[in-house]
Amino acid sequence: MSSELISNNFRMDKLPHIWCPGCGHGIIMRSLAKAIDNLKLDKSKVCVVSGIGCSSRAPGYMDFNTLHTTHGRALAFATGIKLANPDLEVIVITGDGDCSAIGGNHLIHASRRNIGITTILFNNNIYGMTGGQYSPTTPNKSYGTTAPFGNIDKPFDICKLADAAGATYVARGTAYHANQLIKIIEKSIQNNGFSLVDAISVCPTYYGRKNKKGSSVDMLNEIKDMTIDIKTAEKLPLDKYKDKLLIGEFKNTEQPEYTAEYQKIINRFKKER
Amino acid sequence: MSAKELKVKIEWCKGCGICVAFCPKNVLELANEKINIKDKDSCIKCGQCELRCPDYAIYLEVLDDGK
Ligand SMILES: Cc1ncc(C[n+]2csc(CCOP(=O)(O)OP(=O)(O)O)c2C)c(N)n1
Ligand code: SF4
Ligand code: SF4
Ligand code: SF4
Repeated sequence: MSSELISNNFRMDKLPHIWCPGCGHGIIMRSLAKAIDNLKLDKSKVCVVSGIGCSSRAPGYMDFNTLHTTHGRALAFATGIKLANPDLEVIVITGDGDCSAIGGNHLIHASRRNIGITTILFNNNIYGMTGGQYSPTTPNKSYGTTAPFGNIDKPFDICKLADAAGATYVARGTAYHANQLIKIIEKSIQNNGFSLVDAISVCPTYYGRKNKKGSSVDMLNEIKDMTIDIKTAEKLPLDKYKDKLLIGEFKNTEQPEYTAEYQKIINRFKKER
Repeated sequence: MSAKELKVKIEWCKGCGICVAFCPKNVLELANEKINIKDKDSCIKCGQCELRCPDYAIYLEVLDDGK
């Protein structure tokens, strides 16, 4: 037996998943399933698309229309799916490497077009699947297998990146704050346009070990201590929260959605023909 | 509200200890690297364990409330 949420939304014969003990990706995948369940979406209208990475294995476990594609290209495939079938609720699951290194170009252009896709970024600040290389979200001075003396790069704030590029819904949640994450994902799916949810995960196996972060429990507690909700922060002077990571909803706006605009062109063409 | 019961699916448990750490009532422990309910009577059915178990190995089952 297992909970109804799991048996109703997962491919039971594929569980347990292959992720390491304490991997935050499991918490975020459940949060996504819970959000879809809460919204009572028609399962046949949900399509979950991923690239390559530990995070990108998630659609293999989820009982919806699913597509496991190539590294960095989930948004390119998802764009095709959404244009061919605008009625589908297209959800992309991606990692920080998948989304912001090799797939960074797709991210900015999907944001710019405001295409109706919801992207859930399982952000563990490292390349998990390939053994702990640093990614574009690895903090400065952190360690990775490719940064044995500390990372000299400065990380992307992917929320700011997606916001600047034109995404209409932008929020950050975490595996620790899973109840809030569920609500955020619900709203991101409801947005009619491009949504980016930066979901902070933990990789105890690579990021944790390389940076002496302790157990998964220690890493989740660190998330609790290092974050502050934007609503709380807004009431405080900057120096009280400048070293903290902001979480919560950063942007929720309305702009023309790409596939709807595209349909207008098709309609015009049909009329003028 | 319908009644709930705390359940485990031991085969799926990877012994990460997350549920143990975030249970507010100290209901859970690890025994031989697997989850064990040590004090079921203290459980307040808050669902914090289920919320963060990365392997879906602990959950509150909703009972039919006898209907
Ligand atoms: C074109 C291509 N380049 C490189 C790889 C190797 N590769 C597989 S997964 C991965 C990075 C995964 O990191 P991330 O997207 O952050 O996901 P995580 O595993 O941390 O969840 C890389 C570089 C690949 N599969 N394909
Ligand atoms: S390597 Fe890291 S991200 Fe991949 S399954 Fe293990 S803990 Fe999770
Ligand atoms: S439901 Fe709450 S009190 Fe009961 S075991 Fe889970 S976390 Fe502890
Ligand atoms: S959180 Fe889940 S996998 Fe981890 S010890 Fe508890 S029941 Fe086992």
